[in-house]
Amino acid sequence: MSWILAQVVEVPEDIGDLFDWPSVGPLGINRVVILMLLATLLAFLFLYLPLRKPRVVPTKMGVVVEGLIGFVKEQVGRDTIGPESVKYEWLLIPMFFWILFLNILEITPLVNFPVTSRMAIPFFLAMLVWFVFVFVGLKEHGLGYLKAAIIPPGVGKFMLILVAPIELVSTFVVRPISLAVRLFANMIAGHIMLTVFFITSAAYFTLSPKLIGFPIPFAFAVAITGFELFVAFLQAYIFTLLTAVYIESSIHIHH
Amino acid sequence: MTPEAAALLGAGLAYGLAAIGPGIGIGLVVGNAVQAMVRQPEMAGQVRTTMFLGIAFTEALALFGLLLFFILFGKA
Repeated sequence: MSWILAQVVEVPEDIGDLFDWPSVGPLGINRVVILMLLATLLAFLFLYLPLRKPRVVPTKMGVVVEGLIGFVKEQVGRDTIGPESVKYEWLLIPMFFWILFLNILEITPLVNFPVTSRMAIPFFLAMLVWFVFVFVGLKEHGLGYLKAAIIPPGVGKFMLILVAPIELVSTFVVRPISLAVRLFANMIAGHIMLTVFFITSAAYFTLSPKLIGFPIPFAFAVAITGFELFVAFLQAYIFTLLTAVYIESSIHIHH
Repeated sequence: MTPEAAALLGAGLAYGLAAIGPGIGIGLVVGNAVQAMVRQPEMAGQVRTTMFLGIAFTEALALFGLLLFFILFGKA
């Protein structure tokens, strides 16, 4: 693998140097941060420009953006939380579009880097979701929320010794971690898959005297690029959907 | 066996074994979701949402295995 890589790109002493970008300034601005800000700007423009003026007949982009917003509002919010979902759209809609744009950078030509494959961003979002669903539960039910979260209904007294710690850990520890890891691991797996196939096809292209082996990895790379577009959308959807499910589980607790 | 070799072997085993259960699980989830959609096409939208939720929860286990792979691979 490293030998193939060495034929295609100039490999530094330590292979990790390829993935370490210099941090500039006191805030440690590196390529990831710049891409994150770029994606944020793009997401803002994508939402702002087509809907800037209210129109009776929306423009073509307006239809697309309105459709996506309606998808998040109805399929994700209302179908999961119910009519109260209007109160949580401030979280769901920006989160969906932000994750979508961060994910789509994975297959954007000349960028080819999913910002969400750096653990900081999924974990920050998961912590935000954690604070929101705990806060909503405490606001709606007071301390009864904690009791309902830990003690499931219809469990005997002695089983509770076993069940209560499991519920405690699964609600307050495993939920945010799995939410963050799901997004992070999906994006990093797709990124590595694309890297492997593109490097292999580049190696065939430059090394082999006959280009006979080139089309196979390249065809895989193109197919996986299409698949990653689907994954980028799906992961943004799943993350938002699970946020809605967690908020719903804080609103409608069993007594 | 050197510690590096053990870490590499463990990395491979961690992901390989972690993929078995979720593979079966996602198959069950999607298979039953398709059956439900065929039996009650008017519920297809709701079934699809629930299916994605089920896939997401099942898939998390395989992704923990992948994470473990990275951790062990970094130790080698």
